[in-house]
Amino acid sequence: MIVVMAQESWPVFQQFGLKFIYGTDWQPVQSDQHKPEFSALPFIYGTLVSSIIALVIAIPLSLGTAIFLAEWAPSKLRALVAYFIELLAAIPSVVYGLWAIFFLVPWLRSTVMPFLASTLGFLPIFQPPIVGFSLFTAGVILAIMSLPYITAVAREVLLAVPNSQREAMLALGATRWECIRKAVLPYGRSGIVGAIILGWGRAQGETMAVTMVIGNSHYIKASLFQPGYTMASVIANEINEATYALYAQSLITIGLLLFAVSFIVNGIARYLIIKTSPLGRGGANE
Amino acid sequence: MTSSFSLSQNRRRWTNYAMHGLVIGATALALTPLVLIFIYLIMKGAGALNWDFFTQPVGSGDGVANAILGTATLVGLASCIGIPVGLLSGLYLSEYGRTTKFGTILRFFTDVLNSTPSIVVGVFGFAFIVIPTKHFSALAGAVALSILMIPIITRSTEEIALLVPNSLREAGLALGLPRWRVILWIVARTARAGIVTGILLSVARVAGESAPLLLTALGNLWWNRNLNEPIAALPVQIYNYATSPFPKLWDQAWGAALVLVGLVALTSLLARVISHREQLR
Repeated sequence: MIVVMAQESWPVFQQFGLKFIYGTDWQPVQSDQHKPEFSALPFIYGTLVSSIIALVIAIPLSLGTAIFLAEWAPSKLRALVAYFIELLAAIPSVVYGLWAIFFLVPWLRSTVMPFLASTLGFLPIFQPPIVGFSLFTAGVILAIMSLPYITAVAREVLLAVPNSQREAMLALGATRWECIRKAVLPYGRSGIVGAIILGWGRAQGETMAVTMVIGNSHYIKASLFQPGYTMASVIANEINEATYALYAQSLITIGLLLFAVSFIVNGIARYLIIKTSPLGRGGANE
Repeated sequence: MTSSFSLSQNRRRWTNYAMHGLVIGATALALTPLVLIFIYLIMKGAGALNWDFFTQPVGSGDGVANAILGTATLVGLASCIGIPVGLLSGLYLSEYGRTTKFGTILRFFTDVLNSTPSIVVGVFGFAFIVIPTKHFSALAGAVALSILMIPIITRSTEEIALLVPNSLREAGLALGLPRWRVILWIVARTARAGIVTGILLSVARVAGESAPLLLTALGNLWWNRNLNEPIAALPVQIYNYATSPFPKLWDQAWGAALVLVGLVALTSLLARVISHREQLR
């Protein structure tokens, strides 16, 4: 797989060199006066920014859910909520995208984004004008989609914390929360970080839902309320328009970059999870 | 002294209550999108379902029958490649490759494949099959989907087969059975339910994939008559409808989404029932 993709990306690197990675121009139009120009920075930027927004939203929610499931929930509710979270992971990406177009985009545009713009508008990232199909919306849908993965792994990690840790803390007269914060969370810390990185990897590779809401623009803008593009979505969106070899090869090269990134990110995550939990390797499955 | 003690006691207790509340709140908020998505699916999707929807091809504008059949074809073909390969490599890992070097390498690559974004697998299918043959095809789509299935089946088969007690294997070997018969007759049979569950889950997963199919199977307005030609698939059709400017097609997208989620949910439910029944036995 790597060989085939590397073979196709070789001409791209020959033509543009490393500029392919840090350049900002993506001009696929080919004519006699105009030479096409390809470089991946806008997509790398979009992938990073949208997945980081996703993490900022998803971390508190999924850790809260994982703590609730592992520590607080009554056992009957536990199975039910865990099943619902699993269901959230089973919904196809394209269905998330469909829902996002018709519910999330209008809702964010009319309520959440104006609110952020009016309260935090002095920051360049929350500057108007507001566009519904934007990096911010992509981040929100990615948060919803990576939440079940982070929750599931973090929950396994918390369940792997030996009960003696909790009992010792509770026996000292600690409240439930003190026990979680001082005994359970420190014990599972690296596993939880691993879960988060795993979710980050998922968010970076996610394609369809993002393509449907991110607005697909080749320019880097400071404001999150502006459209953008990610590595995965540019491939999905433009591969059918790639009418000549170099265009298609550039898209394949982006695929190769994405593969490299996900390989590194997942490697780190898996290492951290194996360190704390017997579940280890299986964590990436579901 | 006593008063400050009880004050800090109070604060600790209230912090505890507050965190309990926050954690419940986070869970509720995390589940909200699920509820909203299902409400939308049922409200908007149910209206689109009718006889034509299930019998007419996409090209007629009234149905998605060819996309449903296309998804079934693609998943079926992918299973023909993915199930044997995944099953055998899973059994290899649990029976022969527990500690061998090749086993460790295979396990590593399976894990890498498992966490590879599906679009990258699509790019591979595009570079490997679509470019050399110069056209999109159902076969390319099936190959891409099977690459997504293999690591899921391999890992679940391995994990289940590892649970089979060694005494069973030893009993078989002591009776003079060759090793391959022990594996196929005893290990695979004992682990049957778990293996089937893993396969069903992988089917449910790839049935909803659209990103790799956009790059390989492309989609088709009409019935597919030749596996070397592009074929329609439900997820791809939902994408095309949702991004089109026509409200009538949006309704069709919701209907198709409802059908797709229904199929996926049914498959995972079946997987659950099978593994649950096995646990009871």
